[in-house]
Amino acid sequence: MATDKDSMKNILIVALSVCFVCSVIVSGTAVSLKPERIANKALDRNKNILIAAGLFEKGVTAESEIDGLFESFEIRVVDFQAKRMLSEQEVADTGIDFGRYDQRKAAKDPATSVALSTREDIASISRRANYAIVYLLKEDGELDRIVLPVHGYGLWSTLYGFISIESDGNTVSGITFYEHQETAGLGGEVDNPRWKGLWPGKEVYDESGDVALRVIKGAVVPGSANAKHQIDGLSGATLTSRGVRNLIEYWLGDQAFGPVIKELRGNT
Amino acid sequence: MSNVKEILFDPVFNNNPIGLQILGICSALAVTTQMSVALVMCIALTFVCAFSNLFISLIRNQIPSSIRIIVQMAIIASLVIVVDQILGAVAYETSKQLTVFVGLIITNCIVMGRAEAFAMQNPPVISFVDGVGNGLGYSIVLMVVATIRELFGSGSLFGFEVLTLVNNGGWYNPMGLMLLAPSAFFIIGLLIWALRSCKTEQIEEAEYEIGGHTALSRA
Repeated sequence: MATDKDSMKNILIVALSVCFVCSVIVSGTAVSLKPERIANKALDRNKNILIAAGLFEKGVTAESEIDGLFESFEIRVVDFQAKRMLSEQEVADTGIDFGRYDQRKAAKDPATSVALSTREDIASISRRANYAIVYLLKEDGELDRIVLPVHGYGLWSTLYGFISIESDGNTVSGITFYEHQETAGLGGEVDNPRWKGLWPGKEVYDESGDVALRVIKGAVVPGSANAKHQIDGLSGATLTSRGVRNLIEYWLGDQAFGPVIKELRGNT
Repeated sequence: MSNVKEILFDPVFNNNPIGLQILGICSALAVTTQMSVALVMCIALTFVCAFSNLFISLIRNQIPSSIRIIVQMAIIASLVIVVDQILGAVAYETSKQLTVFVGLIITNCIVMGRAEAFAMQNPPVISFVDGVGNGLGYSIVLMVVATIRELFGSGSLFGFEVLTLVNNGGWYNPMGLMLLAPSAFFIIGLLIWALRSCKTEQIEEAEYEIGGHTALSRA
């Protein structure tokens, strides 16, 4: 047996059987835990929508309240080509089940997305889905704020998050990122509540209607002319900060949610 | 039985994987800003280390020496994926904070080192105990570092506020350095110094000595 151990036959047998056993274990756990993982992801996404809208306070709001709170949102579909929100009839006409709509998957499919040219692709996302789901928070029938999904490339990964804009169509009321793989402690500080706390109250557009909201390098000088449009950069994370700046510029700009937000502003 | 005890507790103080062998520093820097995250990382690493040792030891007589490293890697990697999946299902928040570092247990030198150095030569049960022991050795250092970093960096322990921060209307101005990776280096360095001052047998012999002002006279 001792000499047999290093024979070609034994090498193949051991290699194949180890691979087989390992793959069975790995795929077994992956498949059996998939429903929990998906449920957790959905819950986490809803929670982040609530956080962006300022309805969820960490440590104060219980996880079990999420579903109830989430019901206060009116869910609408934005058509990027038509540059507006669709009515219920139009949503039905698209033939897409928006209850199960996954913008990320849709962005990969040429049938449901468009490729962006280098000049258009500010946020480095290469393709953009044709539709996005947005969340309107209404109070007494009046629009209070709108929560928009955003994403863009940072340093290592695509950052996925939500930004919420007040009914004036200009003031930020919150931002949060729910998925990214940036360096913990540096770029990962996009999750830092203190940094996220810098966003509410900032204004997105300048007088000419262009996106002026920027994450800058270093700290904002209080009282400077542009301070209301500027956010402190994350120290040690220049590229992540730039990624956030770019995704804001893209998603709040004319190519994406810009026209929808301006329409809100026109209505109020 | 004293042998088992020795194998279990030896890596905690006498032969600490981080303190003496200086292995697994990467994750010790990255996941120690919060105690709760560090704790989950410790449990995950101890689990992987113990079970990889067990499984590798079970088939150690069948593993051909020419492919032993890749067989060990396959087993460790599978266990890490299982742990990552379980964390995603039961502790989603924490698993998000751990990000890539659970995956990086695969390349953690402690796990590989114990598999190669211990599990390949020893029977399963004792290998399992060795894995748990080394996991504990890693955990104790991580938890000490995390306690110091969270207390001074965020004024809290396990997320509960201990020192009221200036931001929250208190008196404590947090040390920003503690939240950055270099602070873990300083703390681990100080820990190693303290450990070796108490247990002088851990001091390594210098590999060379610098002579005093000898360069000129020899030149």
